[in-house]
Amino acid sequence: MKAKQSLGSRLAEGVSGGLVRVFLIVVGLFWLVPTIGLLLASLRSPEDIAASGWWKVFTEPSQITFDSYSKLLENEDITSSLVNTVWITVPATLLVVIVGSLAGYAFAWMEFPGRDWWFLGVVGLLVVPVQVALIPIAELFGEIGIFGTVIGVVLFHVGFGLPFAVFLLRNFFAEIPRELLEAARLDGAGELRLFFRVVMPLGAPAIASLGIFQFLWVWNDMLVALIFSDSGSQPITVALQTQVRQFGNNIDVLAPGAFISMVVPLAVFFAFQRQFVSGVMAGAVK
Amino acid sequence: MTSATAAGGVKPPAVPKSRKSVTGTRRTVAALFLLPALVLLGALVVYPIGYSVVRSFYDQSGDGFAGIDNYKALFTDEGIRTALKNNIIWVVFAPTVATVLGLIFAVLTERVRWGTAFKLVVFMPMAISMLAAGIIFRLVYDQDPDKGVANAVWVGVHDTFTQASAFPKAHPGRESPLEPAGGGAFITKSPVRTGETVSLPLVGVAPDLMPDDAKPAVAAKPEPDKITGTTWQDFTRGQGVGTLNRVDSSELGYAGMRIEAVKDGRVVASATAADDGTFTLPASADGAQLRLPDSNFKEPYAGLDWLGPSLVTPAIIGAYIWMWAGFAMVLIAAGLAGVPRELLEAARVDGASEWQVFRRVTVPLLAPVLAVVTVTLMINVLKIFDLVFIIAPGSAQDDANVLALELYRKGFSEDQPGIASAISVFLLLLVIPVMWFNVRRLRREVRR
Repeated sequence: MKAKQSLGSRLAEGVSGGLVRVFLIVVGLFWLVPTIGLLLASLRSPEDIAASGWWKVFTEPSQITFDSYSKLLENEDITSSLVNTVWITVPATLLVVIVGSLAGYAFAWMEFPGRDWWFLGVVGLLVVPVQVALIPIAELFGEIGIFGTVIGVVLFHVGFGLPFAVFLLRNFFAEIPRELLEAARLDGAGELRLFFRVVMPLGAPAIASLGIFQFLWVWNDMLVALIFSDSGSQPITVALQTQVRQFGNNIDVLAPGAFISMVVPLAVFFAFQRQFVSGVMAGAVK
Repeated sequence: MTSATAAGGVKPPAVPKSRKSVTGTRRTVAALFLLPALVLLGALVVYPIGYSVVRSFYDQSGDGFAGIDNYKALFTDEGIRTALKNNIIWVVFAPTVATVLGLIFAVLTERVRWGTAFKLVVFMPMAISMLAAGIIFRLVYDQDPDKGVANAVWVGVHDTFTQASAFPKAHPGRESPLEPAGGGAFITKSPVRTGETVSLPLVGVAPDLMPDDAKPAVAAKPEPDKITGTTWQDFTRGQGVGTLNRVDSSELGYAGMRIEAVKDGRVVASATAADDGTFTLPASADGAQLRLPDSNFKEPYAGLDWLGPSLVTPAIIGAYIWMWAGFAMVLIAAGLAGVPRELLEAARVDGASEWQVFRRVTVPLLAPVLAVVTVTLMINVLKIFDLVFIIAPGSAQDDANVLALELYRKGFSEDQPGIASAISVFLLLLVIPVMWFNVRRLRREVRR
């Protein structure tokens, strides 16, 4: 009886195991095909794209060409917007990490009146939609003359990156063993020394998660830059966005452009998967 | 993303018993550490909230107090109402579908050895910009089944189950014995008799749309007590019609054309043309008119108009799910790893089927994670902008409208900052419950 049952259930398991595998492979293809489509489209001439689907390259591999890429890299608008993306993303990430660490440390280990209330206030800001700030900040930046500049875009990203940064780092720093800090203090370390030599190194995992998160967030942003940058300071997302209205005619710019804009975030993602995932988790799961 | 996250941190920080500062920090030092963050947050987040709230009660120029007029516009303005309706669709469907898919993927990947590779593939779109995802899906949703992969697949499936019609755009040429019979069908001008041969020539089918098995047309031979005939394309590219209404050697038969004999409005006999275009009808068709029914001439199925007014929102939601199901999957998989295996085993030993284990044990245990994921995605979806802005073509932007897009339009291209501010305050009000929840939970944790 028992043997029979286990044989039957083993059979059932074998069949359902096969089904599970087939299902997951189909889903995996569903997830891969759109990106492959973009890649292959970027490797064909606009004439070929207008004539047939990207899957044609499987039967006519001779269609593959890097012309769109080489033309794109001669396109002044695109190359300068790529440079802008870097000029926006790097400072916005560094500033959030530094300012967030300072505040996170203060909230975790310093004593001052109303500390926990201030911290709860910051936590409350976690879910504030950026939309609330678009109009007021546009006017503010206009008045102080940084509307349309890289500085303005960076500042906006720092402002909206900070609540999460402070929240994440304060929680992480609070778990540093008290003895470590006290020992350093007894050795005569000053506040700054303590911060840079003890807290920052011990907090490295959280800082890395935060940095990667913020980096991807800013690199991939379009909305904020759409409003706060001008044609001289716009990042790649905004430069490409202007071409979308004539999608069919600009496919030779859009497809390779989108792919180039994806290369950096994808490289970061694959290189730092673990930190990225733990950043995602810190943001949501408990 | 960052500011979108619903809440709650890594594990509740192990709060030191007495959280005095480490051996007496001076308050001025604390203030210096905090100052940059508080100044930036104050100027860039807190001040704008206040400003938007005040601004939303003033008219578009900002000079006159407008009371709640701007908020009334939320419910009277045509564009905003569409946006509101679409936002509701988004908030209801996108987070739930993404969470359910994430749950299914998380549970199933535990059963295959290459689960990690699968997770990587599904999670990857989270790393790219919504702009790039938008461009990717503009390509996917291209209307032409020869270019857009969505319609290529859809048409393929569709044509497997329904017969494709063979002769789109075919129509009678000059001095034809055929005339339109309404509804796209064609009928002979005069009745046919047994022993006669009938010519049913048409023109207008593009050479590459002719059936693959079409052979050069052959003039039918008369047979006693039967009606015979030929239906063919009376035209050859580069050679014209040849002899009008006569079969020329270079002309192709309409292989598979359906022919009906109609007498007094009733179909009395029917036939299908052979590869060379010939057909034979029995004596019962004597005195009938021959009709080529409209089913011969339907346009080939062109697939769905993904980015047309009725499908554009579901189509964009599909792109969103492509991006975010991986987020749900990773969080749920982490929750799943924390589910005690013994519980699942115990249920299996008790004779529960896999489905029962999933339904009665796994899902209830994961409920808190599922809730957090869904709420996080809801907050995220509330503010959806880039995907709609990029994927919806100009002609469908009004139909695909969402609140964040409408805010952008009102605030930055239609010069109505009062209404735009009201929309932003409305969005803020919607996330206040989550804000309150976050603060309450954290307060319990930071309390000494």
